[in-house]
Amino acid sequence: MGLLSVRSLFTEYANEGGSAVKAVQNVSFEVPEGKLFTLLGPSGCGKTTTLRSIAGLERPSAGEIEVAGRLVYSSERGIFVSPNKRNFGMVFQSYAIWPHMNVFQNAAFPLQVRGLATAEVRERVMRVLHAVALEDLLERDATKLSGGQQQRLALARALVMEPQILLLDEPLSNLDAKLRDRMRSELKRLQRDLNLTTVYVTHDQNEALALSHEIAVMNEGRIVQIGTPRQIYEQPADRFVADFVGTTNFIGGTVTALAGGRCVVSSAMGEIKAHASEGVRKDAAVIVSVRPEDVELSEAPPAADDGDNVCKGTIDAKDFLGDYLDFRVKVGDVVLSAKAHPSLRTPTGDSIYLRMKADKCVVISHR
Amino acid sequence: MIGVAVALVIWLALVPLVFLLWQSFLTPQTAAAPAQFTLDNFRTAYLNSDNARLFINSLQFAVGAAALSLVVGTTLAWMNERTNTPFKTLFFALAIIPLVIPGILFTVSWILLGSPKIGLINLGLQKLFDTDTVFVNVYTMAGMIWVDGLHYSPVAFLLMTAAFRSMDPALEEQAAMSGASVPQIARRITLPLAWPAALGALLILFVRAIESFEVPALLGLPVGIHVYTSSIYQAIHQYPSEVGLAAAYAVTLLLITSLGIYAQSRLSSQGGRFSTITGKGFRPRTIDLGRWRYLTATIFIVYFIVIVLLPFLVLVWSSLQKFYSAPSWAALRRVSLDSYRAVLDYPQFANTVWNSVVLALGSATAVMLVSAVIAWIVVRTKVPGRWVLDNLASLPLVFPGLVLGLAIMVCYLYIDIGVYGTLWIMFIAYVTRFLPYGMRYSSAAMLQIHKELEESAAMSGASWSMTFRRVVLPLLKPGLLAGFIYVMIVSIRELSSSILLYSPGTEVVSIMIWELWQNGQYVELSALGVMLIVALFVLVMLAQLVGRRFGIAET
Repeated sequence: MGLLSVRSLFTEYANEGGSAVKAVQNVSFEVPEGKLFTLLGPSGCGKTTTLRSIAGLERPSAGEIEVAGRLVYSSERGIFVSPNKRNFGMVFQSYAIWPHMNVFQNAAFPLQVRGLATAEVRERVMRVLHAVALEDLLERDATKLSGGQQQRLALARALVMEPQILLLDEPLSNLDAKLRDRMRSELKRLQRDLNLTTVYVTHDQNEALALSHEIAVMNEGRIVQIGTPRQIYEQPADRFVADFVGTTNFIGGTVTALAGGRCVVSSAMGEIKAHASEGVRKDAAVIVSVRPEDVELSEAPPAADDGDNVCKGTIDAKDFLGDYLDFRVKVGDVVLSAKAHPSLRTPTGDSIYLRMKADKCVVISHR
Repeated sequence: MIGVAVALVIWLALVPLVFLLWQSFLTPQTAAAPAQFTLDNFRTAYLNSDNARLFINSLQFAVGAAALSLVVGTTLAWMNERTNTPFKTLFFALAIIPLVIPGILFTVSWILLGSPKIGLINLGLQKLFDTDTVFVNVYTMAGMIWVDGLHYSPVAFLLMTAAFRSMDPALEEQAAMSGASVPQIARRITLPLAWPAALGALLILFVRAIESFEVPALLGLPVGIHVYTSSIYQAIHQYPSEVGLAAAYAVTLLLITSLGIYAQSRLSSQGGRFSTITGKGFRPRTIDLGRWRYLTATIFIVYFIVIVLLPFLVLVWSSLQKFYSAPSWAALRRVSLDSYRAVLDYPQFANTVWNSVVLALGSATAVMLVSAVIAWIVVRTKVPGRWVLDNLASLPLVFPGLVLGLAIMVCYLYIDIGVYGTLWIMFIAYVTRFLPYGMRYSSAAMLQIHKELEESAAMSGASWSMTFRRVVLPLLKPGLLAGFIYVMIVSIRELSSSILLYSPGTEVVSIMIWELWQNGQYVELSALGVMLIVALFVLVMLAQLVGRRFGIAET
């Protein structure tokens, strides 16, 4: 059992017209101690509402939330612990740095409201500000901080009270691209060092894949798939996950043979040997998902093992993007996109060989 | 075009000011002796032993009323914006209603409620406890502060609502996550953050209160509590009238309001100090008050009763009587609509209403046309010195209504172009006084129109006037319409400028109410007041409808 467990959470709120919006529906997950768990999905999918429900800033309509054996919310038993009694650290998307306080005052606030002695407050604040490299800016006005510094201060303020869990609401989305990459690795290092149980909300698949121990992909208020970053990317459970996480090719077809986790799909580009995910049956209409980087291109016929799909196509178009080439290759009636090393210089209109490993072709059943 | 606009604004805003200053250094002009240069007016105004009293009274009244408005308005705004008080959207609509009630009617209704002799509150409590004790008395400094402060609390409510709305709720949520309780959040986060806005609101309310005329005239004058506005009025209306002394008082008052407005504009230009990066599009969240929310709802209801229901009902009651009397079974049997009939049969009634309507329509049209052109020049062109134009058009903000009336009176006594004693002089006063309001609507609307829309009209071959008429004006229309209705409402309510400028035949409705009060015709006054409030209410509803239809934010 995890340190944090969310069970059958439902949240509804009234919109401006007065009708109920089902923001979160039957969301359940567990986060083991010390792990970073990510809620990933497009805007409006319910990920932030789920996070705010854990924080206690939102009152769910049904379900249970338990942290380290302590129920903080239970609709059945009528338990709702107010946010200031939960002892969870949180970093908001806007950072919510109090503009009327300086760096030290911002970080000291959580300890001051707990009535700690001045000396202890000072010592703990200094320690946490040192950890985020802000110890030289103690007296700096909060409004005079750069975006990256504000983000680190927000993190320090969430950590200073030694929270049971840390909640992060898109903490990197207000930073520019280069800074975002740096803060991402710093955040990861800090989380791993402190062994802090963390729930992370983002719409950015790269952040989710890079940071998480486990990811829950959400869509329209529900969790669609929970898995490790590799599982989510390589074996998406449905079309939405495959499409939302990374880019992919979809090829429609029918399952003609099925044996031992492998199957054969008959499609407009011929037969495809593929990895069969759970629930795929013979004769069912399915789609095959294959990532562009798993479509290997070569001018000479490639060596084909037993599990490989090899076919011939024509180059429809190609774009040079610096570190790779983006090809569109026509096979029968299907156009596949493929990523290739820039050294491949085959001109548009020529024919080319494609090889796709069966393991990389994932069959997803139509829903 | 630009030259005309500059000349017009200078004529409206600066010339009367110059005459006012000039007049303050002159002796009264009589048939025997022409006016002479003198410092006596200022000597009387400043060195008189009563002057210290006058200054202290004015400050005490203005600070008190402003502080009361701010405390009441801020509390309501916080409850409305930041808590889960039930029915709060309804309260928002209700809280603005008092703005519709003209100051003189609000004051009169509080006299009917809180006067020591006829006040219903005293009569009721005396009956209840069977004593002769006077429980409340509005004819005191405290009473004046109470009435004026309450009447303008909706202004504070609107200003503070805007302040709370622009505050990122995550700042408070973060405090909750840090372990702070609701009172701790309010004290350590919300209030310090709202402080600059509150100080700005306090200055606006202070300037407004020191300009206030109705309350000091009706409540202060009868018991000898003088402030600057009522002293100006008295200096003019005594015999022989001392225009020079009034002008000296007016210059003093003008200095105080100018300081206030200057401080306020300095403060708001520093407003960016507390702005931080905020997240995109937050849904406003509220603090869960638990059972306390019934208390906040009760506060709203009490507020609504005190500020709208009681004053309006007491007017309705008195309007249904033949002679004013306190509610009783006997009086209830005498209820009649005679007073309404009497008002409608009043010989000058039709003419008075006509004057008000013509003035309201005329000044609203003129204000919006002039301000649209000025706003275009200020926002769109690169004419050097356009900021001077902007400041000049906003200058009348520092004129208390009474001071403006006095300045214009003096000005057109000397420059005889035949407007003195006609509706035109009031028209000029209204246009000058409300030009800053029109500017606010026009500049806001102008800023929303992207420059490229005009440039593409020019590229299509349209001339400047064609572009203004076919592209700019139609796009400005919703904003201008909202401003038009607003100026109409304030024109109809206007009393303090009109009172120095009207003559027999050019009375307006607010003047008629004033005269009915002076004659002691309370029931007729109440009937007229009820009709006026209903008419203004309809106008406000219309404005809201227009606003919603064209999607303009309320101001």
